[in-house]
Amino acid sequence: MRNEFADELTKLGNEDPRLVMLSGDIGNRLFDKFRAAHPSRFINCGVAEQNMMGLAAGMAMSGLRPVTYTITPFVTTRCLEQIRTDACYHNVPVTVVSVGAGLAYAGLGPTHHACEDISFLRSIPNMTVICPGDAWEVRAALRAVMQQDGPAYIRMGKKGEPLIHPGVIPDFKIGRAITMREGTDVCLLSTGNILPEALHAAEDLAQHGVSAQVVSFHTVKPLDQDRLRESFARFPVVATIEEHSLIGGFGSAVAEWAIDNATLPSKRLIRIGTPDAFFKLSGEQEFARECLGLTGHQIADRIRQALR
Amino acid sequence: MNLHAGRIAPDIGALKRQAAELRGKAIAMSHASGSAHLGSCLSCLDIMTVAYWDVLRLDPANPTDPLRDRFILSKGHAAMALYATLATRGYFPEAELATYNKDNGRLAEHPPANLLPGVEAATGSLGHGLPIGIGMALSGRIQGQDYRVYALLSDGENNEGSVWEAAMFASAQKLEKLCVIVDYNKWQATARSNETLQLAPLRDKWEAFGWDAHEVDGHDVAELSEKMRNLPNGSGKPVALIAHTVKGKGVSFMEDDNNWHYRAPTAEEVVLARQELGLA
Repeated sequence: MRNEFADELTKLGNEDPRLVMLSGDIGNRLFDKFRAAHPSRFINCGVAEQNMMGLAAGMAMSGLRPVTYTITPFVTTRCLEQIRTDACYHNVPVTVVSVGAGLAYAGLGPTHHACEDISFLRSIPNMTVICPGDAWEVRAALRAVMQQDGPAYIRMGKKGEPLIHPGVIPDFKIGRAITMREGTDVCLLSTGNILPEALHAAEDLAQHGVSAQVVSFHTVKPLDQDRLRESFARFPVVATIEEHSLIGGFGSAVAEWAIDNATLPSKRLIRIGTPDAFFKLSGEQEFARECLGLTGHQIADRIRQALR
Repeated sequence: MNLHAGRIAPDIGALKRQAAELRGKAIAMSHASGSAHLGSCLSCLDIMTVAYWDVLRLDPANPTDPLRDRFILSKGHAAMALYATLATRGYFPEAELATYNKDNGRLAEHPPANLLPGVEAATGSLGHGLPIGIGMALSGRIQGQDYRVYALLSDGENNEGSVWEAAMFASAQKLEKLCVIVDYNKWQATARSNETLQLAPLRDKWEAFGWDAHEVDGHDVAELSEKMRNLPNGSGKPVALIAHTVKGKGVSFMEDDNNWHYRAPTAEEVVLARQELGLA
């Protein structure tokens, strides 16, 4: 996702002189094209994320469109107060982009895992929270947030994820979920970089005679309420799937919505996500997913149990 | 835009009278609302006066002019000083000062975002104003604008790590139109600042971080004017003014008494204070 992000950013930078790229001393060579084209609008802010976020807000107050970028925990949790107070309270167009969502950097250990950021950021007023499911959604999300005026968070995986969409998403809209696969028995609402596993789960279920709808719910805030209403009305089981803690993430957001809208009692909501624990073993993302029950076949097993 | 600011010699006597008036207004607000932080307001009001009546290029009728100089009160707890300054300078009616800290008002105990004209940034959480100011200064550079940015920090605020992230960044970027003024009144909320986290030698610290740092008398309006006007000053560096001040300045029974970080004056104390300030 990150290479496509850098590419789209360069295109947007060519179109909009207000766009400024702020990096927290990562992305070696990743932004070379942007730097070459717009040297005054690429700034390496160093390993100093609080300052980076504060100065991004100052830029946004002065007519620019800064994008801040580093590894997920450092561009979210590390400078959470600057995001809240400087960007969101002032309601200025700072775009926070993170790399390494969920367990994407599993091998780097829990310091680099990001399973709480959705929870933190979606609770802040004015913040938009977008978790793209593939690189095409990253491109579309970046383009979309540049058209709106408030702060936004885009939570990316790393590099080399499978492309799910066939190409440019023509009608991408913040807050409007995208159907990836039609189905009739169960609805899988996936957010973020775990979208490929949700699709694997649907394949697995199909082999067992279960027809699963898969939706890429790329925007966690604002929620696509129309889609939720429709999903809970149509399906006996609705499952949320995310590479994020079950506490406060996408599943929590859907559960809150369901309770507030009195939709839940007649339907079953299953929330699939990471547990309330640090994952301390060494190993890459696939291993971590397997350990935590987040692979496609494990998700499919959970769904089948729920349907019994 | 006030094009005369910084070009004609300052009227020192008028600036001193203005500062005394602002002190009187802050004292009145503290008394009427029972609000804390009066000592912190009195220590920075000479700096604020020089900024708003002598140095800043601004137009209260057009508070968001993109070319205005920016002044950020990073020590947001001195909001009464900022409100008195902005109202007196014409950003909003002086009568509104009476609504300070009252229900349904715009004048909260810390400056709000996007609510009151002239407030450049919502502050109150320490260590935020300088990074925001850096963003503004960088924006000016990127957009080819000539404005200058001033950030007023408290000495206690220098406890925050974000201040030093910002200090290193601003000097690396050679932000020569950026000026930090540290209101060095030697106190923070509950103790002597140097005994809490050692600040001394504070000028040396800023200098070591790559700034053109100076120690000034934070109550000498002529010296403040000279240093604050002179931006960029040819050093190619951002400028740090370590302004030696007295908490509670101007009122003998408040000066250097840290109880005035939290307590508010009685009606009798207001009368005495006004007499001392020559406002009676």
